[in-house]
This record gives sequence, C-alpha cells and structure tokens, in this order.
Amino acid sequence: MPQGLVAASVVVVGVLLAPLAFLLIESAGAGVGTVAHLVWRPLTATLLWNTVRLTLVVTVLCAVIGTLTAWCVERTDLPGRRVWAVLVVIPFAIPDFVVSFGWASLSTWVQGFRGAVLVMTLAVYPLVYLPVAAALRSADPGLEETSRSLGVGRVRTFLRVTLAQLRGAIFGGCVLVALVILAEYGAFEILGYQTFTTEIFNEFRIFNVPTACALSLVLVVFGVVVLAVDAAARGKGRSVRTGQLAQRTLSRYRLGRAEVPVLLAFTALVGLALGVPVASSVYWVFEGGVHALAGVSLLSAGWHTALYSGAAALLDTLAAVPVALLSLRHSSLVTRLLERSTYVVLAMPGIVIALALAYFSERYANGFGYQTAPLLILAYAILSFPLALVAVRASLAHASVRFEEIARSLGHRRLMVLARVTLPLVAPGLAAAFALVFLATVTELTATLMLIPTGVQTLATQFWAYQQNLSYGQAAPFALLIIGIAAVPSYVIARYFDRHPSRSATAR
Amino acid sequence: MRLPRPRSPLRAVVALVATTAIGGVLAACGSGPASGSGSRQSITLYNGQHVQTTDALVAGFERATGITVDVRDGTEDTLTNQIVTEGARSPADVIYTENSPALEYLQSKGLLAKVDPGSLAKTPSRYNSPSGDWVGVSARVSVMIYNPSLISKSQLPTSVLGLASPRYKGKLAFAPGETDFQPIVTAVDRAYGKAATLSWLEGISANLSGYTHTYAANETIADEVNRGVVAFGVINQYYWYRMRAEIGRSNIHSALAYFAPHDPGYVIDVSGAAVLKSSKHQAAAQEFLAYLVSKAGQSIIADPSKSISFEYPIASGVTTKAPETPFNRLQPYPITVGELGDGRAAVALLTEAGLL
Repeated sequence: MPQGLVAASVVVVGVLLAPLAFLLIESAGAGVGTVAHLVWRPLTATLLWNTVRLTLVVTVLCAVIGTLTAWCVERTDLPGRRVWAVLVVIPFAIPDFVVSFGWASLSTWVQGFRGAVLVMTLAVYPLVYLPVAAALRSADPGLEETSRSLGVGRVRTFLRVTLAQLRGAIFGGCVLVALVILAEYGAFEILGYQTFTTEIFNEFRIFNVPTACALSLVLVVFGVVVLAVDAAARGKGRSVRTGQLAQRTLSRYRLGRAEVPVLLAFTALVGLALGVPVASSVYWVFEGGVHALAGVSLLSAGWHTALYSGAAALLDTLAAVPVALLSLRHSSLVTRLLERSTYVVLAMPGIVIALALAYFSERYANGFGYQTAPLLILAYAILSFPLALVAVRASLAHASVRFEEIARSLGHRRLMVLARVTLPLVAPGLAAAFALVFLATVTELTATLMLIPTGVQTLATQFWAYQQNLSYGQAAPFALLIIGIAAVPSYVIARYFDRHPSRSATAR
Repeated sequence: MRLPRPRSPLRAVVALVATTAIGGVLAACGSGPASGSGSRQSITLYNGQHVQTTDALVAGFERATGITVDVRDGTEDTLTNQIVTEGARSPADVIYTENSPALEYLQSKGLLAKVDPGSLAKTPSRYNSPSGDWVGVSARVSVMIYNPSLISKSQLPTSVLGLASPRYKGKLAFAPGETDFQPIVTAVDRAYGKAATLSWLEGISANLSGYTHTYAANETIADEVNRGVVAFGVINQYYWYRMRAEIGRSNIHSALAYFAPHDPGYVIDVSGAAVLKSSKHQAAAQEFLAYLVSKAGQSIIADPSKSISFEYPIASGVTTKAPETPFNRLQPYPITVGELGDGRAAVALLTEAGLL
C-alpha cells in the first residue's frame, strides 16, 4: 500500500472525525447517568418513530425518482435532455427553509409527516439522481445491448441489467439521503415535525450543550445503522468494466408513445420541486414588506457565498480522491472502514460541527482562525465531504484498474499515473463531487451563523435575517439569487457530460 | 488577526485613513483600526434581539458617540452557547438578548461584568439583574393569539391552567422549546407548586397528541393561527404586531386576548444587555449599554416606524402608543426576573411532561 495515500487518507479522516471527538468530550461532561436518563425519556419513542418512518419513506421515494429521472435523461431520447439535466438538479440547492416556507404558505395540507415527506423528497432526490446519472455515463452499455439482442424486453433489461450496474450508485445516493434527513432542521422547524435533530436544537436553545451533544451521539448511532444496512444490502456483487477499447456512440432508447407521459412527469416534478419555491419567492418580491431593513447587498452576499462554497467544494473534491482510491484500489476491511466512517459526519447537524471547530480553536489553538473565512470553509468541507466522496468513488469504481496497471508497467510513477490516467478517467465524478458540495453548502445556515466573519453575510444568512424578521419581501431576492447561483454548477456539470457523450458512455 | 470589515463606504474611507495613519507596518500585518490608539473605538455586539431594533439602536449610538459597532446577529441561545464555548477569548464585548434567562445563565457562569450604576438607575430595578450584571432594556407581555373563525373569544381560557382542559384538544398551538414560554412555566410553578405544574403540562401534552401543532418558533404560531391552521396559541404580544406591520392589516385574520389579571400566564418578559467580563473595551461597551437605556435609545424602541419593535420601553420614563395597552395598565403576575432565573427548572418540568 502506498504510504502517501495512507497518510493523506488518515489526515482527511482524522479531521472529519474531530466533531465526533467533541461530542464524546461534551457528553462525558454530562455523565453517563444523565445521558442514559435523557435518552430513555418518554419523548424519545416519539422522536425515534418520527425519525425512522420519515427516513425510510423519503429514502425509498428518492431512490425511485432519482433513478428513473437519471435513466430517462441519460439513456432515452427525451426531448430537451440538456435543459432537464440542469433543472432536475437545482432543487437540491434551494434552502430547506425557502422550500418549506413556500409550501407552508401555499396550503395548510403541507405540514407534519406528509409535509416533511413531500418537502424532503423534492429537496434531496438529486442526491440519488447525480451519482446514478454519473454511473450511467460511465457504465458499459454493452451489457444492456447484449441483453436486448438476446431477446430480453426493455423493462426486464432495465430491472436485471441496468439496475444491477447502478446498484452501487443508487445505494450510495440513498445513504446520503438518509443521513441528510437525519441532520435536517430548518424544514422541520417550519413544518412542525419533530425529529432527533429538532430536539437537539431545542436543547441548544436552553443551554443544555452536553444534552444536545449526547443526543447528537444518538444521531451518529443512527448514521452507523444506515451504513450497516447499506453494507448488508449491497452484498458482494460488483460490476466491473470489461474495458473494451473500441470507441462508439451510445444508442438511446426511443421513448415513442411514452414520450408525452414522461414529459408530463418531468414537468410535474420540476414544477413541484422548483416552481413552488421560485413562485412563492417572486410573489413575495412584489407582495411582501413595507419596512426596509438594513442588510448587505446581493452582490456582496453572493460573492461571499460563491467564495466559501467554491473553496469548500474544491477542498472536498481533492480530499475525496485519496480516500476513494485507498478504499477501492487497496480494499481491505480497514481501508473500507476508514472510508465508511467519514459518512457519519452527514448525520451531524451543522451547529454541532461549528461548535466543535470553535471548541478546538479556542481550547487548543488560542482562538486561531475563529470567525475567519478559512475555518468556515473547513466547516463546510467537513459537513459535505461524504457528498464528494460518493461521487468520486462511484466514478472510480467504474474506471477499470487495468489502465492504471498498464501505465505502471510502462514505468510511470504513482503520482504520474494518478494525474495522467486515473483523474481523467474519473473527471465526471470529480465534476459531480464539486457540484454536489457547492450546491449543499450554498444553503448552509447554522454553522455559518457561528463561524462567519463578523459583518459578512452569505445569501443564506441574509435571507434568514430577513425571514426571521418577517421581511419576506426583502428576503425573496436572496432566495432567488441562491437558486440562480445553484444553476451554474448544475449547468456546468450537465454541459460537461454533454460534450463527451461517446467518451463517457464507452470505454476509453 | 481579524480585520473588522467596514460596512459602509464612509466607514471604509475612515478605516483606510486610520490604517494609513498607523503606518505601513501595521497595515502589512492586516491589523484594522486599533482601538487603543485613541483615534476611533470599535466594539463587537452579539445580537440576539430582532435585527431592525438593533440596527436602529446601533445607528443612533454610532452617530451619538463615534464608536463603531460590529454586529453579529444570531439567536440568543446560540450566541450564549457560543460565548460559553469561546470563554475568556470571546470576541464579543456586549450581548443583547430578547429574554433575561440567557443573561442570567451567562451571569451564573461568571462571564458578565458589572453594569455601570448610572445605567442600572435608568431602568426600574425589578427589571434589572438582581446582582447588577445586566440591564433591562425593553419588555413584552405573554398573551393569547386566536383565530375568531375557529374559536370565539369567550371560549378562550381565562387562566393559563385552562390550556390543559380537554376541550382544547387539537385547538392549541404550542412552542415548547421557545424561550418565551418557559417564564410562564416558572410562574405556574411558583403559584401552584411542582406537582400541579407537572399535571398541567401533561394535560397540555395530551391536548397536543395526535396533532402537529407543536412548533419551534413563536413566529410560526402567529402565522399558523392567522392562516387558520390552528385555533389559538400563547405568544408574546409583539409577534402579532410585527406580523401585522409586515403582511398588512387586510391580511390579519387573528386577534389578541389577555389572561385574567395577575394570572401566572400573564407574564412580563424582559429583554436586556450585558458587558462581557472578557471585553477589552469595557468603557465603550458600558457606553453602549448607557445608550440603550437613555432617552434617545428608548425613544427608538418606542417608535415602531424606526425599530419595528412593538416592545415596551421600560427606562428613562419613555412610553409608547404601540401596542395600544399602556405598559402601566398591564396587570401581570408578580414575578421578578430573579425568580424567572435561567429557566432550567422550567425546562426540567417540560422534559418530565414529555414536551421537550
């Protein structure tokens, strides 16, 4: 095993697990007895039931919606594919509080469990869509064609061949969805749905930091359960590219009579996921607010948002490469555990990660970096690292190791192989990783409020400040700009795929 | 080193001039305008109050004193937790909160400096920290908000104990985690004792079970009652006034109702401010507190067109016409801020009743 790779991975994983160390230290301060008493109180049963049923239902819905939309966009002659490819990703970048608010102001039906299912499904299905779309891009279409040529029908080919190839990407996406729901707060606050995370925020609210940390540990346990279920469900089945070398273009399925229903379904999905929050924001621009409230300009907030999120996305994309390489190319129980352990950070609410960084900075580094851009970017990077990892890993899993072996046998050094062979092979995955992290962090609020330099606002914090003060009219343009900024990486990633249809669909 | 970021073009020019004056060496280190050099002071305010109110007060203070205030907005609970985590190195000089328990909590941790006696004297002593560690700035009162199309005023309870009556099952909106409700629990505890408070809270819990009328924020209660999602709830009066100012009178489908005079549900909550012991700008920070309770500061709170506050000014004899009920006509339950404490006993009761 190359030592450089191991060292880089250990550093990345160590930084990622620092918040967990903070949780243990703080919970220990409360005492085991107190923690046990808190965990076994009557409310826990309600929280458990609420959290588990929501996670299950939304994860299944996202798996279905994400996979079907990705397949239609990547493998059929769906009219307007390029546009749909952008539109279906953007909902992920609309802040949860914007979505919930849009829905809640539309109808009283949207609240509680059903409201949470609706809003969360529409907000996070892109987490399944993106890895599945990336996998479809790099999956070997030869298997499907073989299946079809052997007389197997379209549906059965999809179920037995395509889905089998996509299994890793789908499970990867589902894990992300489940973990993100565990840590979600803003939407549930507005929709009046209680989960472990809303309860953690309640504890913070009343200065019970040790209790909040103890409950966060319960979330971490949930996260581990999700990962264990994933590992068990995945089994040992793997699809590896056979590595045929002929260049050829991919033939797309013709939708035929299904075209109109599929188009209607896409229109409905985008209408619900994107149309409702955009429409309610536009409505408030014209309708809401008589009182002007001082705040930073759209330009300043937009620039800082792009700067922080862009830096975090770059950092995560780079950091994901060694961890993904180690777990795939040097697979062992230890390296896989190392890789899987990073996913639990997704189950931790942003405020926990921010408090952990504040704690370590104040306690061990003389307050170094506290409330400056680098520490905020680090917090963003920790929060969203698993998103980058799943994208890079899914892509790497499909890139045949044979090319790397050939390059090595030709006398290239490891770093050279990484730069000249591996990275170009996984480029779509890198782009997806960057886009995912960027989209996820553009809307981050709780960690931002704690770590942002004093006097600076991001789009999300300025929106929040207005919304908290019921200045909906002033808040709305910030929501619209968030959606606008989110469209950029979505567009870039869709275009990137489009320019290399044959390269990404066949062996290189 | 952190560079205080200028927020207006004017301030940017001033900062530039100051930096140039101090010299290229300091500028190269990335230092902002140094506060000790006598040219221009600046303080950092952790703000848990509503942004409009604070912005109006800060603007008035900066004009009056020439001291710059860097404002960091957040919720009072987060800011308080943050200050405890930051400890002796906290960048904050002043904290300004919506409710007294956050300040009492910081006081119990020994993180607050004594307030200048001159400032404390401006506010009636019953609204100040009993130990002189924070000063009361404004006040609010707990009331019911109800939607007349769902419940008539005569059907509302006159005592807060009535919230536990089975007739309100499915009709009550409730935010157990809001710092605004804990004072009521503390008041009920004081009036009727722990056992009665617990069974009262269990009654409320039963009225909520099976419904999704449990919310995290008072703003949501006001909004949901106004839109007719739920019949009534308990909030502080100013949320309703702020909502009305924002969405317009024509969109108001709700009204306010008071509990019976001196009922434990009829509680005054105090918003206050404190200087941190760790502050390196004690004089300027004390000056800010003095401004908050001065006639000028209190007049800003009293005028909704300046601050959209709708809270009651309580210092320097300033009064307000919005809300309509004058402060001295209120008939609240007699409980002191000291008795309200940091709210942890109330939280223990809420937890035991399964509401938290």
